[in-house]
Amino acid sequence: MASHSQAETPALREQFNTEAQQKDASTLGMWIFLVTEIMFFGGLFLAYTVYRRWYADIFAVTSSSLNVYIGAANTVVLLCSSLTMVLAVRAAQLGRRKAIVIFLILTLLLGGVFLGVKAYEWNQKYVEHHIPGPDFHFEGVVQQGPAQLFFSLYFAMTGLHALHMVIGAGLLIWLIAQAGRGRFSATYMTPVDVVGLYWHFVDIIWIFLFPLLYLIDRHLGK
Amino acid sequence: MTEHIDSARTYILVFLALISLTVLTTAVAFVNLGNFSVVAALAIAVCKMLLVALFFMHVRHSTQLTKLVLAGAMVWLAILILLTLTDFATRGLAGVPGR
Repeated sequence: MASHSQAETPALREQFNTEAQQKDASTLGMWIFLVTEIMFFGGLFLAYTVYRRWYADIFAVTSSSLNVYIGAANTVVLLCSSLTMVLAVRAAQLGRRKAIVIFLILTLLLGGVFLGVKAYEWNQKYVEHHIPGPDFHFEGVVQQGPAQLFFSLYFAMTGLHALHMVIGAGLLIWLIAQAGRGRFSATYMTPVDVVGLYWHFVDIIWIFLFPLLYLIDRHLGK
Repeated sequence: MTEHIDSARTYILVFLALISLTVLTTAVAFVNLGNFSVVAALAIAVCKMLLVALFFMHVRHSTQLTKLVLAGAMVWLAILILLTLTDFATRGLAGVPGR
């Protein structure tokens, strides 16, 4: 079945009238999936909002302990990867097969840099005893519970985001292999387009995580 | 839908706008705006989201159906967040008889 369907993908499937309709259906399907993802992350954003209101003072101190410059630099890295991703989609629309591969590889590399920086940040949290659990200790705060709560939410949100990045990297590797074999052309580039949507979505999640986790109470900190 | 291909120049301009907004939001965070700092941070984030969605995710050229789905998603997200906050933001405002 797999090889059969692969051979058929570039062509028009029988349930669609036109290739444009087939492409629109794929794009809409991806958007529907991304909408479920918005609700999925929405729950975490809501939990963060509620507890940040509840423990405003402690969240201000704990969030100011994050390194804002690393966070900002990582945002730039992710935005760069979104640019290379959209250029890969554009190369596919124009049928430039070599350019697709080059831009996809650049996107993968930038995604790797983001995850590497994230791993460095998480390791810093380990060194500073800021990982929730028995070893947790946050200097200068009487109530350790709410401080742990901030870092629980920090790890849940950045962790879930990083998991999406890892899945995205896997999808990119698959796309690069397909693109390397010259599978995509101006008439058939739906997988590049759809993975592009996913990648930009993950970027948007970070666009909100960065100010919420790193920035909001920066002027109060210390 | 006839496929619309944006120029590389458009994408690079959008990218530069996104980088500028990132620098701006980081710089503004160090200025004491009181409660308004949350508003500023979120307003900039929404601008960045719109740039990514409209240009990089091609929502500008998407079908009406896709746009409708996205508008619906925003409504559901608003219900999730705003209706929950009507509880948490108003707790303790009115006294409860018997307590």
